Amino acid sequence: MGNHISLLLVIVPLIAAPLVAVLPRGRLPWAVSFAVSVVCAVFAGIQLLSVIQGGVISYELGGWAPPWGIEYRIDAVNAFVALIVSIIAALTLPYALHSAEREIPEEKIPTFYSALLLCLTGLLGITQTGDIFNVFVFLEISSLSSYALISLGKSRQAFTSSYQYLIMGTIGATFYLIGVGLLYSQTGTLNMQDMANILPSVLHLNTVITGFTFIMVGIALKLALFPLHLWLPNAYTYAPTVVTVFLAATATKVAVYVMLRILFTVFPQTFTIATPADELFIVAGMAGVIIASVYAIYQKNIKRLLAYSSVAQIGYMALGIGFASVTGLMATLIHLFNHALMKGALFMAIGAIIYRIDSCRLDQIHGLGRAMPWTFGAIVIGGLSLVGVPGTAGFISKWYLVTAALEQSAWIPVAVILIGSLLAVVYVGKLIEALYFKPVTDNGKTVTEAPLMLLVPTWGLVLANIYFGLDTDLTVGVAEQAAAILGGIKP
Amino acid sequence: MKPNLILHVIAKFLIPLIILFALYVQFHGDFGPGGGFQAGVIFSAAIILYSLVFGLESGEKIIPHHWLRILASLGVVIYAGVGIESLFLGGNYLDYTILGSNQIAGQHLGILLVELGVGITVAAAMLILFFAFAGRGRE
Repeated sequence: MGNHISLLLVIVPLIAAPLVAVLPRGRLPWAVSFAVSVVCAVFAGIQLLSVIQGGVISYELGGWAPPWGIEYRIDAVNAFVALIVSIIAALTLPYALHSAEREIPEEKIPTFYSALLLCLTGLLGITQTGDIFNVFVFLEISSLSSYALISLGKSRQAFTSSYQYLIMGTIGATFYLIGVGLLYSQTGTLNMQDMANILPSVLHLNTVITGFTFIMVGIALKLALFPLHLWLPNAYTYAPTVVTVFLAATATKVAVYVMLRILFTVFPQTFTIATPADELFIVAGMAGVIIASVYAIYQKNIKRLLAYSSVAQIGYMALGIGFASVTGLMATLIHLFNHALMKGALFMAIGAIIYRIDSCRLDQIHGLGRAMPWTFGAIVIGGLSLVGVPGTAGFISKWYLVTAALEQSAWIPVAVILIGSLLAVVYVGKLIEALYFKPVTDNGKTVTEAPLMLLVPTWGLVLANIYFGLDTDLTVGVAEQAAAILGGIKP
Repeated sequence: MKPNLILHVIAKFLIPLIILFALYVQFHGDFGPGGGFQAGVIFSAAIILYSLVFGLESGEKIIPHHWLRILASLGVVIYAGVGIESLFLGGNYLDYTILGSNQIAGQHLGILLVELGVGITVAAAMLILFFAFAGRGRE
């Protein structure tokens, strides 16, 4: 086995996807997908352990040596991201069983799981590969399947929001591809490592600078960096809840990873810092934190509220990238992990409410907190983590982010991070107020607690939020090693 | 649809040729221009032509919809399965060399099987797309 694990992580869901598509309706497609996601999580765990102990894993596809063949190259950075993606998948799938049965037409269930597995394949592929063109291929696999997944939403707006994402996502992917093409024309290689060796000698060329810009804008669209986030609120709001949980916790994270790779591994860091890219990340990050949080406060739809909050959280990650220091990159990587935990937990809890009342309007959930205490508890703890209260995972990411800002005496970002947290108090408070303090709207239905299959994964993530708020060995330790590999050089 | 003699005769004449050409492109792909993708599209063009001339129902009779779905999945499984086979034989994923007695035979067999998978999936996917759009508004 050994190195084959890095490959199987991508291949197992790839092979399972077409098999699931032809399985009969019923619960078999779910069972197979769940098994696959657990296998992937185990593989990703083993991979991370062996990378931490044994250094970089390199896998040559088809036995062709890099830089000619495609190489999977795994270090602490992508092993960490792959673990996030596969753990979220393994937690989303048990949740999917009831939630998907409720929200997705029965005849579409096998295709739904097939698309979910393809999306997982694509996301894991992006993290595993060390080939800059291969990233594009996997990006398309994950994007195309997520367009299909979003369009499975119940309301008719699901189609338009999926279409909107399709257009924006395709522009993003095309920009990325144009950038890769321009870089290829000057370096003659597609292997990231090889390109990193050749690039320093051609950095003065306008072609390379243009390629860099195209890639930045393309990936910024994919990761929904403010102001390129317009596709995200609709996509998250109208997609089936399971899809929202999965995409919110993984898709943008993987795009952040690609951004880190290009900025700090493929291009020399001196180049990245010499360009206005890092300043742009700080400005866009700050604008995203404030503006998206304010938008979140005014939302009448609880899914859309959390979607805008996601845009704000991506702003924090952009800030960490913009600082371009080891602590800044650590903050980004830690927040990558922690945000997956908190948004996963929150969207799952919201999904449990939707499962019971079939609505995600803020004025429909009045007083439900008392009828669904466990779901309510999950929202409270997830919300506290989103705000960054000490003892939750959110606090750790904010702590490192503020530390990174203070290191550079960047007072405005510090203020923005604090204001962003206060705004989070407001929109989380709105949610809690509606759930607990408003009188129950009488619509003749008695609401009971969500089924166990929804609560267990939700609480798994909630407890992870608390655990990683207290014990930071895994997150901070791995992030430290990963940030050292990416090597931010600004003091 | 109103039967049109000229269309019927020409289509009956052309369809076997199109299929033959598709097979040529498919199995000659490792020596010359061509391969699974092109062959798949050409093959599906033959069935699409048949459905256009003889009506959608007769087209769907040749390949029922659930078979298309199975075929589309089968192609991917063939492709990925070749990769897995080379894993079992002790090589890296998709390492064709190990599939044959010598390097040339191995590479030849590997690419042929992989392209077959591509061809099946592309042909099936094209037909699924065609029937999906052509069948709109029928029910």
